[in-house]
Parts: sequence; C-alpha cells; structure tokens
Amino acid sequence: MENLDFKAIEKTANNIRKRVLEHTVKNNGGYLSQACSAAEIIAALYSGLVKMAPLASALIPEEFKGVPSESFRDYETGAKFHGKPAGDLDRLIISPAHYALVIYTALIETNRLREDGLDFFNKDGFTVEMIGAEHSPGFETTTGSLAQALSQAGGIALARKLKKETGRVWVFMSDGEFQEGQTWEALAAINFHGLDNVKIIVDVNRNQCDGPMDSVMTIEPLAQRIKSFGWAVDVIDGHNLPEMFAAGEKKTFKPHAILAYTDPMKNIEILKDRLPVLHYVRFGSETEREKYQEFYKAWSL
Amino acid sequence: MSLEIVSRPHVENFINWSKDKPKVVVLSADLTNSCEVGKWRDTYPERFFSMGMAEQNMVSFAAGLAREGFEPWLHTFAVFLYRRPLDQLQMSVAYPNLPVRFVGFLPGITTPGGVTHQAIDDVNVLRGVPNMTILETADATEIESVLDVAHAVDGPVYIRMLRGEVSRLFDKTEPMKFNTARVLSKGNHITLLTSGITTEEAMRVTPVLAERGVEIEHLHISTLKPFSDPQVLASLQKAQHGVITMENHNIIGGLGTIVAEVMAENAIGKPLARIGLNDTYAHGASQKYLLSHYQLDAMALIKKVEKLLGKDLNIKSEEIISTREISVHSSAKVEAL
Repeated sequence: MENLDFKAIEKTANNIRKRVLEHTVKNNGGYLSQACSAAEIIAALYSGLVKMAPLASALIPEEFKGVPSESFRDYETGAKFHGKPAGDLDRLIISPAHYALVIYTALIETNRLREDGLDFFNKDGFTVEMIGAEHSPGFETTTGSLAQALSQAGGIALARKLKKETGRVWVFMSDGEFQEGQTWEALAAINFHGLDNVKIIVDVNRNQCDGPMDSVMTIEPLAQRIKSFGWAVDVIDGHNLPEMFAAGEKKTFKPHAILAYTDPMKNIEILKDRLPVLHYVRFGSETEREKYQEFYKAWSL
Repeated sequence: MSLEIVSRPHVENFINWSKDKPKVVVLSADLTNSCEVGKWRDTYPERFFSMGMAEQNMVSFAAGLAREGFEPWLHTFAVFLYRRPLDQLQMSVAYPNLPVRFVGFLPGITTPGGVTHQAIDDVNVLRGVPNMTILETADATEIESVLDVAHAVDGPVYIRMLRGEVSRLFDKTEPMKFNTARVLSKGNHITLLTSGITTEEAMRVTPVLAERGVEIEHLHISTLKPFSDPQVLASLQKAQHGVITMENHNIIGGLGTIVAEVMAENAIGKPLARIGLNDTYAHGASQKYLLSHYQLDAMALIKKVEKLLGKDLNIKSEEIISTREISVHSSAKVEAL
C-alpha cells in the first residue's frame, strides 16, 4: 500500500468522470451520475485493489461476432481485458452492467483498452455496448440482470477453493441490488460455504431509476443487515482512496463487504439541477446540453 | 405385458456413474432425499453442496462453477428449476451456454403435490430458451442412460426426471440416444408420438389396436429439443389417417406443438390430435386418477384413434392391458411430497 500513488489514482478517477461527461454530451445522454459516484471505486479496482495481470498493450475491442452457441464456440469474454488469469490472481465481476461506460473509461485510463476503442461505443455491430454482455470489455460474465453477479461469483469462488486457488473474487455492486431477494440468498450461501475469498465493494450512491432509494424502497441499515448474514463489513467514504485500499487489503477470514458511500454528483455539481432523478441523463433541451458542454470545456481536474 | 418395476434406479446408478467423473458436483435446494441424491451426498460429501431453499442463487452459483470447469447437476423439483429462477437460468446459464444439468423431478401429473408441484409447462417455457437441450425420461432404462446423453452436451440440459417405483419399458441394452426416437411399432395408418409416462399408457392399447387392424407407427420421444430426427419426419409423412401426440404436459408448447411445427414446415396436411393437459392446471391426486381425469390415459388414446379413423372400434375397458398400480404411500415414495 505504501507504493500506491493516490494522486495518480485520483487523476484516473477524474479522467473517468471527464470521459463519461464527454460521451454523455456527445450522445445526448448517458449514465453520468454513476461515473460521479463510482469513479474512485472503479479507478482503485483497476489500480491495484484487484490483483490482475498487466497487458502487454491496450486492446482494441472486437466487432460483435455473435452470441455463445453450439455453432460459436470461440466466443471470447471481456475478461481478456483483465489480463491472463492465474490461480493466485483475483477475478473482478462487474454486477451493474449499466456502469459499462465507467468501466470502459477506466480500462482506457489503466492501459487495458485503446483510447480509440470508445469510437465504437454504442455503435451498431460492436461489443462496446451501452449496457453490454460478457463480450463487452471488462465483463467476465453476463450480469445486467441485477443480483446475479454475486451468486455467479459465489460459484466461481467455490470452484476456486475446490481447485486450491488462492486468488480472490471481487464483485463490484450497486446499492439498488440489495432490494433484490437473490442478493440475500447469495450473501447467505457465500457465508454458509465459508467463501472468504469473496470481496464485494458497493457503490452506495442512494439513487436508483425512480429517484432516491429512500423514496423507492429503503435498504438501510445496510451494514447491520449484511453483518447479520455473517459477513465482515467496512463502511467507507467512497471517494477516499486511502480508506478504500485499507479496507480492501484487510484480511477478514470471512466474506467481506465494503460499503462505499458516495456522492452521485461528485465533481459534476451541475447535476443537482436534475434532482431528484439522477439515474440516466438525457438532456431536455439544447440549452441544457450546452450547459454540460461548457462544463466539459472548463474541466480542470 | 409383464413389466419389471424398479425401485429408485437413480440412487445407485448416479453414484456409480459419478465415480470416475470428479468434475460432477451436485447442488440441492432442500429436496435431497426427495430427488434421490441423499446417498450420493453421503458418498461424495466433498462435491455435494446444500444451497437451501434459494433456487435463484443456486442457478447462478451453478453458472459460476460451470465457468470454472465443473459440471453442476442441480437436483430439485422441476417447478423450482424453471418457474422461480427463469431469469437466472437464462442470463447466468443459457446465454453463456454453460454445461449445467437441471434435473427436474415431478414432471406433469406424476405427483399428488398439486398445482405448486406439477411441472405442466416446463417444455413450453424452456423450448423458447436458446442453447437449451430438453430431455425426458420414461422408464428405468432412460433414467439410467439419460446421464450419458446429458453429459455429452456442451451446454445446458433440462431433464424431466422420474423417481420412485418406475417401470422398465426398454431393455437395459438399449439406452436413450440423443435426438433419436425409439420405434415401438411400425404401421401406415396413424403415427403416434409419445413421451415420458404417456408412452407406457399408449403401450397398454397399441397391441389391442393392432388386433383391430389399426396399424400404428408408435415413436417414443426422449429428446424434445433439438427435434430433428429424420425418422420422425418420414413417419409423419406416411401416416394415412393422421398423427396423434401424447404428453404429460399442457398441449400448448410441448410435444404436440413441436410436431405441429414440423408438420406445418414440411407441408404435411393431415389431422393432428394432441393428447395432454388441455390448457388447464391439474390438482393433487394419484397419478392413475389424474391420467384418467384429464384424459391422458389409454382410453383417451382410443378415442383419438377412433376420431381419426371415423369409426367406433368398440374396445372395452377390460381389453386394455392392466397397468401396475403405485400406491401414493408405498415405501418407494416416502418423500412423495
């Protein structure tokens, strides 16, 4: 941890925000608040929190060649952007697939995806999809149907234990997923089977599609609830990198949940004009779009 | 027809079969003995995983295991494999085409457990899932040999599985073959396709029909998806009076529908009579009663044959070959619910 350059990771986080803002302006819409809330988390995951092999050089995303099937056995997953797997290295499963653009931009910032790969973002016939599946860069499994990633990670973690692999299985989750029953089934099962190689980090931005979570269906007290399922829980400021790395590198001897409380307008404060609904930004007028364009032009972080 | 009755063939057969397959693991959702894997659990405790009554998690968990090279065999009642966790079955398993085996017990009206336990629309639901293979067992020989058939499929497989006291209709030396119908009788008048427990029902009357001069070509179907055995098409094409399907399932979306599609695509303009649950749920009662009450039995088949031929065959119920009677509370059914 002493070798970590938090200033550089902070820069990565802000570059993620900047790139997502750029694309949101360009496409007249996007999952912008997710970049605001999760930028430090995702930057940290790709900057040493998750132990993954480096790539010799950044990869260019593939054209979409088809879905997995009997006649298409060579389907490749986005795991290749995470480097060559090994028994002592970690896996990273992204659960909320609508964070895709945040993931793609983080891959660019950490030399795993070529910068011009984003030219294919949301473009017909390519894998750099808006929400995506497991062919999309950085996606090891198909997870956009929320809560399935944690269960899948449980299965992977169990398999890795059976194979005597020492690497961990990280899952990046959104807080809305704690409204899904399957999440609690998974938390129970992962604890029951002693899978202390599972670590989750949750972007607790307290917002969902319909608006603030407390107005839709509250999940609090989240830390207490997860603890009562037998997990180790750390609650941190999701924009504080030293706190995040300290929690991430803790040996818990239990499955471990890091609840990263975040601000969904962090460093793009003009989003407050859109309150109370932040989930997806689609500009209501050309004037609004220009406001974000100006904000982007003036970006100095 | 004297039939050998086999008690719980899956129990020992699955244990022996798994011996030299270390990647085979079993996941169970609190119905371990009910699905005849209690002894498997005690034999291979290190590869048996209790997942509790949480099927959505179990299905996605299995996907994770399959990705890492294991072959999970999920054992629970069929209704809990395709109704509750359908999204997980589709997104975690079927989309990535992972080799997860869904061993679904209590297909159709084989349980007195009533509507909550009777999988009457599983074939309909799962046929529409890309990458899915669907198999159905009809007797002890198929219960034993379906394991090899499923194991050879590099993708997800759903099995309509039987348990408890089962007949042995097919010789042990004639195992289930993938996407291959069994020809049980040859004839040009009517082609009859049956699957699962309805095959035994049909076998109770096909000899009587033959005595009346009705030539039935009886094909037993054990692979419902894919469905491309050329023997089936040839048989449908030559049937002079029409085609009858018989299934332990809703007539919508199962074998009858599958055959209708094949007939339409191949311009086979003949009557098709479908025997099955007539777009209704069933209720809790004995299999014998339900077969009769919902007209899935031998007598129902005679009526359809008569309709296709346009004549009364005057078959008395006592001419129908009697079948074994399974008591709902017999020793082989201790975990009947």
